[in-house]
Amino acid sequence: MSTFHQDVEAAIPALRRYARALTRDAETADDLVQDTLVRALRSEHLFHGGDVRSWLYTILTNLNRNRLRSLARRPTLTPIEDHDAADAAGPEAGGRDIERALALLVDEQREALLLVVLEGLTYREVAEVQGVPIGTVMSRLARARAQIKSYLDGERPALRRIK
Amino acid sequence: MVDQTPVTEYELHLHVDGELPAGRREAVEAWLATHPEDAARVAAWRAQAEEIRTRFGDVSQEAVPNRLKLQSIMRTRRSWGAIAAAATVAAFLIGGVAGWFARGASAAAPDQVQVFTADALGAHRLYIGEVRHPIEVKAEEAHLLPWLSRRLGTTLRAPDLGAFGLKLLGGRLLPGPNGPAALIMYEGANGERFTLYCSKIEAQRSAFRYEDNNNFGSVRWIEGNYGWALSGPKDRTRLKAIAGAAYEQMEKAAPQRSSATQLLSRRGS
Repeated sequence: MSTFHQDVEAAIPALRRYARALTRDAETADDLVQDTLVRALRSEHLFHGGDVRSWLYTILTNLNRNRLRSLARRPTLTPIEDHDAADAAGPEAGGRDIERALALLVDEQREALLLVVLEGLTYREVAEVQGVPIGTVMSRLARARAQIKSYLDGERPALRRIK
Repeated sequence: MVDQTPVTEYELHLHVDGELPAGRREAVEAWLATHPEDAARVAAWRAQAEEIRTRFGDVSQEAVPNRLKLQSIMRTRRSWGAIAAAATVAAFLIGGVAGWFARGASAAAPDQVQVFTADALGAHRLYIGEVRHPIEVKAEEAHLLPWLSRRLGTTLRAPDLGAFGLKLLGGRLLPGPNGPAALIMYEGANGERFTLYCSKIEAQRSAFRYEDNNNFGSVRWIEGNYGWALSGPKDRTRLKAIAGAAYEQMEKAAPQRSSATQLLSRRGS
């Protein structure tokens, strides 16, 4: 197996993790990873050195954007700006809170945050994946964090009142 | 001497993410010690990151499913690559010397219908030979058809070929010339296997066409932007009969697409 193939293979578990957090749906996530791998192998000749992992994150990120774009043309499945969290299972549901908070973010902000905190990419690497300057990555991160914070701060007292 | 320049919000992010230049680390820490609001924000951001890692970190420890293993993806790719190479050779022979200069370019791209049939037969040959993993998702798994439908962008049905002694085994997703392709496999009592291949195609609607190579035969038809190919042992009469039954069942089902099926196929997409 070539170094390229070894590098791709080594990245699969991390790609699945990133895809799962991006989509919050196991099946859709693995579909995305599969598409990413097919695409990567098909374009191997286009890969001229550099970090295979970042390149794979880039492909996956773009495929996910395509997916969301095609979803947007269909009837809405769930309202995105769903601040009425009273029907949620509450903090007892563990990871549910953070999932809902992630769901509220603009796609580019969610990508940036997950690439940094979950995948451990540097700001520079995220800038390459997203194809934007580092300053844009920083403001996306800042906005993502502020929004998650206000969501989590706002939600918990409301739930306590209900109990 | 610690740098006394006021700390910006961006520096707080850099601090949380370990990207702060060494010269500013002490300054930021000193700042946080005297600015409880900023310290609280930083703590909240760290807690968020921790929650995200707790929630999703385990995914990378899970065993990688078979369909995502590089070996299986490469196997699929290789067969497709071989077909594409064969098709390029054919185009080259037809195109003569001009084809040589156009190789690798779109001019060398063979007719879509030919590629489609070659793909269908290639997939058939490759996967019916598989003993352990001829299919990716078993027929018993309820998500087989919704999943394939979702990936192909149409409502896919597996015709009942019980009348021909064929039982549905399951299916798999493949890279086709125009995006994803689906392969559904059937098995007879004595182990003979038939496959139904479906993929998007930009070609005229067409009636049944029979084609075969050394080992297998295939009946292909095109309907509503999708091509279908039923492949199996080289027996023209039998293949046409089975293809006819499959076509009829799918046509019958088509007009009254139940909303339940459509909803199901949209699930999770």
